[in-house]
Amino acid sequence: MFEVVRLSKHFGGVTAVNEVSFSVNEGEIFSIMGPNGAGKTTVLNLVSRFYDVDEGTIQFAGEDITHAPPHEIARRGIARTFQNIELFERETVLQNLLIAQYIHRKTNIFSDLLFLPRVRRQEAQSRRFLEDIIDLLQLQRYREQQIHSLPFGVRKLVELARALCLKPKLLLLDEPSSGLNPEETEDLSFWIEDINKELGVTILMVEHDMNLIGQVSNRVLVLASGQPIALGTPVEVKDHPDVISAYLGT
Amino acid sequence: MDTFFQLLLSGIAQGCVYGLVAIGFVLIYKATEMVNFAQGDIMMLGAFITITLINHLNWNYFLAVVTVIGAMGLFGLTLERVLLRRMIGESPFAVLMATIGLGFVLRSVAGMIWGHDSQSILTPYTNIPPLRFGEVVFPVADVVVVGATVVLCGLTFLFFRYTRFGVAMQATSQNQLAASYVGISVKRVVGVSWALAAAFAAIAGILLLPLKSAYPHVGLVLGIKAFAAAIVGGFGSLPGAMIGGLAIGLVEIFTKYWIDDIVQFSVSETSVYILLLLMLIVRPSGIFTSMQRKKV
Amino acid sequence: MRFVLKTDYHRDSGLFRDRVQFSWYAALFIFVLCLPIVSGTYVESQLTTVFMWSIAGAGLMILVGYTGLISLGHAAFLSVGAYTHAIMLDLGVPMFVSIPLAMVLCSALGVVVSIAALRMTGIYLAIATLAFAMIVEKIVKNWSAVTGGNAGFKVAPPELFGWELDSTAYYYFCLLVLTVVMLCVSNLLRAPTGRAFIAVRDSEISAQAMGINLLKTKALAFAVSAALTGLAGTLLGYQWHYLFPDSFSMLTSIQLLMLVIIGGLGSMSGVVFGAIFITLLPDGIATVREWLPDSIGNLPGLEPLTFGFLLILVLIFEPLGINGRWQKMRLFFSQFPLYRNKTLKRQKSFLRTERVH
Repeated sequence: MFEVVRLSKHFGGVTAVNEVSFSVNEGEIFSIMGPNGAGKTTVLNLVSRFYDVDEGTIQFAGEDITHAPPHEIARRGIARTFQNIELFERETVLQNLLIAQYIHRKTNIFSDLLFLPRVRRQEAQSRRFLEDIIDLLQLQRYREQQIHSLPFGVRKLVELARALCLKPKLLLLDEPSSGLNPEETEDLSFWIEDINKELGVTILMVEHDMNLIGQVSNRVLVLASGQPIALGTPVEVKDHPDVISAYLGT
Repeated sequence: MDTFFQLLLSGIAQGCVYGLVAIGFVLIYKATEMVNFAQGDIMMLGAFITITLINHLNWNYFLAVVTVIGAMGLFGLTLERVLLRRMIGESPFAVLMATIGLGFVLRSVAGMIWGHDSQSILTPYTNIPPLRFGEVVFPVADVVVVGATVVLCGLTFLFFRYTRFGVAMQATSQNQLAASYVGISVKRVVGVSWALAAAFAAIAGILLLPLKSAYPHVGLVLGIKAFAAAIVGGFGSLPGAMIGGLAIGLVEIFTKYWIDDIVQFSVSETSVYILLLLMLIVRPSGIFTSMQRKKV
Repeated sequence: MRFVLKTDYHRDSGLFRDRVQFSWYAALFIFVLCLPIVSGTYVESQLTTVFMWSIAGAGLMILVGYTGLISLGHAAFLSVGAYTHAIMLDLGVPMFVSIPLAMVLCSALGVVVSIAALRMTGIYLAIATLAFAMIVEKIVKNWSAVTGGNAGFKVAPPELFGWELDSTAYYYFCLLVLTVVMLCVSNLLRAPTGRAFIAVRDSEISAQAMGINLLKTKALAFAVSAALTGLAGTLLGYQWHYLFPDSFSMLTSIQLLMLVIIGGLGSMSGVVFGAIFITLLPDGIATVREWLPDSIGNLPGLEPLTFGFLLILVLIFEPLGINGRWQKMRLFFSQFPLYRNKTLKRQKSFLRTERVH
């Protein structure tokens, strides 16, 4: 359902991503791992179109999205989280989640200005939908709190919830476990599985925590210096000689 | 052709004044990432103090010039200490507004002290007859402005290239944290940047006096034009600011004499702003530096 | 302390937090409604001015306070609105046609500015709007065949369906317009469009990831903002009787910005606080002048001095303006013995540099 073909990205003279190809099947949890500077996050940024693709193509649900503008990506059904959390700091959790309903709105600026009955109904409907996500991730008690007053782990969850509120078909997670302690990471792995099974969301995850990857992923792609070096199940990849040498040096 | 050279010179002279004020903008921006919108008003203050010293206290011109430059440098230092240091960490917009407020204060204080009439001074070179090359007449005031600017630019270059403090300032402008790790006092660098910026503005004010007379609002419009110069030059580069200043000065004077007469409409008054707008639209990052998008 | 229990989803998207808040606003509205009966013409005209500046401020607040775009050139929209309206009145177009047309023209102009704005951020945008306003000002000044140039342009008195509005009627007219504007803006802010504005303000990256089109949203914010400011311009024209290019200079733009900052960024009540402030300040200074010795009291420029000084003080000590101070006072009383000085200590956000060397 999602396919990347010979994707490349150069920054000046540095080739951050070099001819990376992979495809993600519907319902799968696909991980990209690799040492620091391997170009994992760059791949994600290319997919969500924050960077322009230099070479190669990105296909999603049978359509070419290589040159779609960044705001189109969410509409096509791809949501993402960020490595360093990009939430709307001064707003409450609820407001953050409501913003994700923007792409599903059926009203325009004129009906908004007058707050016509259909805007009112839509607002109620959005909130009803959010409650499902809030229940799933157990965010009830943070609903009315402002983001900057929340601990880091909760913020990560809120960001995950916000991505889910877009009702995505494909969810991109950028280092979901970074900054979390082992227990939180453990919880996270359950939630990722829940999201995958209960909501039927396909997941593409960039991660360096081998345990988390081993627990949840179906397949793993290993990158080193922008080059793909191995692809397979977590167990296969773990013992791959190239992977070991990439991590430990030769 | 004669008019062309004459316009060229007076455009360059005016451009030098813009450039000097613009250098102040850039110095402060590089050191602190703050935009000081009161730069033109600091220039006005320098001009008025010079007028007082020379016209009312009968000081020698050169002594007055040196005193004013020193005093304004001190003023810049104080300003940073009293006002701007409190604004560290606020949004750039808040700082911009605070300096706009400062501009209001300076203008009205100047109006209270010196009144709202235009004033000027007699310089040692006021009575020297203009230089003539064939048919072309070069006013001495213009030549002095250009000459002084060239000397100043040279000194600035030497300062940043060869003095310890100049190098420290460059380092700080690139990375404050790293600079403080290697033992540079960032606070002092920021203070000196303000002092230098104010001193440059004062010099610009002194040089401007024979060209135009001073009144409390002189710094407002001139400041905006100098700001335009800094933007045309890329806002992060001292040579860029100077070149931007010259560009603005020349565009202004040539549209005034060539286009206004033809279209019977005062284009020259808007030409600077049109240039600025075009510059911002075509190359928002200016000629000499580049801005980068935030990383995620 | 009061707790709000939300028992259904509509409660959460309501205009007022609860009945108590609604009653306060209703009481305020009735008070303002009855005021002209008891007060003299002076209070009436001052309040009319407050209403008009509030409308202009609401326009700027959408842009600066909610979308995070800085405009140093909003006087241009004020000016375009006022002149378009006055010129159309002169041609015999009735008020209820010319005001909307002036607003449409202003919002079109706003969209044009915003298209240039997409590639710029922060200070650069501020300067671009400043340049834009300067150009508009010079055009108005030099195009004397249409605008009357420095000689001024006379504005026909307000007339609605053949009935000329006297000052009390005009007071009610402005109050009505302000109420509608405030309702519409509040509606906008609790609906998806307003949330998109706020998203763009807080994080452009995140807004894009949420499927918000930056260009479209910024253009929309500029359009709404310019239309409201233009509307205020048409109303101000009536109040001033004559339009001069100098009435819409850069200083007017800055005064508008002061209004939103001193009032309190990011709140609609702040707009009204700010409008009251900048309307009353000149009178306040005039009163203080009489108390001062002549040598100080008679100095010109006391007003800009006070403006500048207050602006600096507000930015240093209360960046959230009068509204922020008001909220803190309310919190203090509602939590009485528990409030501590550090409850709302603000965290300074450090600038993330965007420069490359």
